[in-house]
Amino acid sequence: MTHKELVVSALENGTVLDHIPAENVYAALEILGLKGIESQITIGINLTSKEYGKKGIIKIANRFFEDDELNRLALIAPNATVNIIRDFKVVEKKRLCLPEEIIGIAKCKNPKCITNHQPIKTRFTTITKDNKISLLCHYCEKISDTKSIF
Amino acid sequence: MSKKSLISIGDFSKEEILHVLETAKEFEQNKEQKFLEGKVIASLFFEPSTRTRLSFETAINRLGAKVIGFSDASNTSQSKGETLKDTIKMVSNYVDMIVMRHPLEGSSRYASEVASVPVVNAGDGANQHPSQTLLDLYSILKTQGRLDGLTVNMVGDLKYGRTTHSLLQALSHFNPRFIFTSPEELKMPQEYKDFLDSKGIGYEETTSLEAHLNDCDILYMTRVQQERFTDPMEYERVKDVYRLEASMLGKVKDNMKILHPLPRVNEIDQDVDETPYAYYFKQAENGLYVRMAIISYLLGYR
Repeated sequence: MTHKELVVSALENGTVLDHIPAENVYAALEILGLKGIESQITIGINLTSKEYGKKGIIKIANRFFEDDELNRLALIAPNATVNIIRDFKVVEKKRLCLPEEIIGIAKCKNPKCITNHQPIKTRFTTITKDNKISLLCHYCEKISDTKSIF
Repeated sequence: MSKKSLISIGDFSKEEILHVLETAKEFEQNKEQKFLEGKVIASLFFEPSTRTRLSFETAINRLGAKVIGFSDASNTSQSKGETLKDTIKMVSNYVDMIVMRHPLEGSSRYASEVASVPVVNAGDGANQHPSQTLLDLYSILKTQGRLDGLTVNMVGDLKYGRTTHSLLQALSHFNPRFIFTSPEELKMPQEYKDFLDSKGIGYEETTSLEAHLNDCDILYMTRVQQERFTDPMEYERVKDVYRLEASMLGKVKDNMKILHPLPRVNEIDQDVDETPYAYYFKQAENGLYVRMAIISYLLGYR
């Protein structure tokens, strides 16, 4: 714990998202709508993790999330942990739970899908098979994997 | 809201499928039933089609309703940049039902969400074409006397061919056995094989047309559709891979019937037309009764 505090500065109040796959940190910022917000955000990429090799971490000062918002992250970071920090202490730890439906954030990979041609909110059902998550498009009924769909 | 649309074959339960097939039989016996007099149905074809459009429009006329619509999107406000949503909302105000074909996949599902009237999908790109599936089922039922426990050999483009995918889904209610005959490049996609595995339905894959001609009840031939290919080289390699000729049918089962969603190109030789196994022209005719049944059911008349 002390080592971590040296690498990434401690947070007084806010949310820490840990164990994000290193390559998905930018996607995570996108999914949580953190681009262009006022809060102070600290990002760590390629930090060493005993369990996962390389990991990413995002600390957002003075920002707390609804479970619905956080659970979308499960698409790209199913093993992420969420720490709620108040007064420098972890007051709550959460794991993510993959939602059954993903609305409005992912893009369909099928170039002929209507959602890629008209102003339509995308809608997917999540499918988990052999620990891999994929998305079934409600409109074109094609299945996309979760790589580069944001 | 009690509005029911038909977008994907999965929208109908087994009972609804059987009900529509039963109703189609009734229409085949009695084609003149004008109980939709006074109704107006839109036929919106954003992409060209002969068979499907004429068959739907004939069905509408035979039921006594009037048709409005277009068969070419270039004459419409879509060409001025109107969104599909606006077109559908506007047409919804005029009619009792919308039949539509559109080149983009998922367009019909979307239309059914913005329309205030039932929508029938007459084909959305390579995705779904449920009235074709129902007429395929009707043809199978009529020629075999049953739907249960049949061996169905699907031949040709099983990768892009939407008719085979939807038929496979629909037949999964009826304990079938499948043979998938296709070149390596056009094999049945894994997601459909997974679906069959999950339902415990058996299938075999082969590249040889001769391999399973003699042990199937239905030979479901498909055309390799140039318009579905993004790679022209791939199309050239596989376009004429199978050609069924009358001389190959010497040892097939007596009850075997050849279906084809049409149009055919070279995959069925003209000499097959004269054999007792050819059923594809009658199959196209069946489309009329099945479409009359679909329209009547969705409008709550059957």
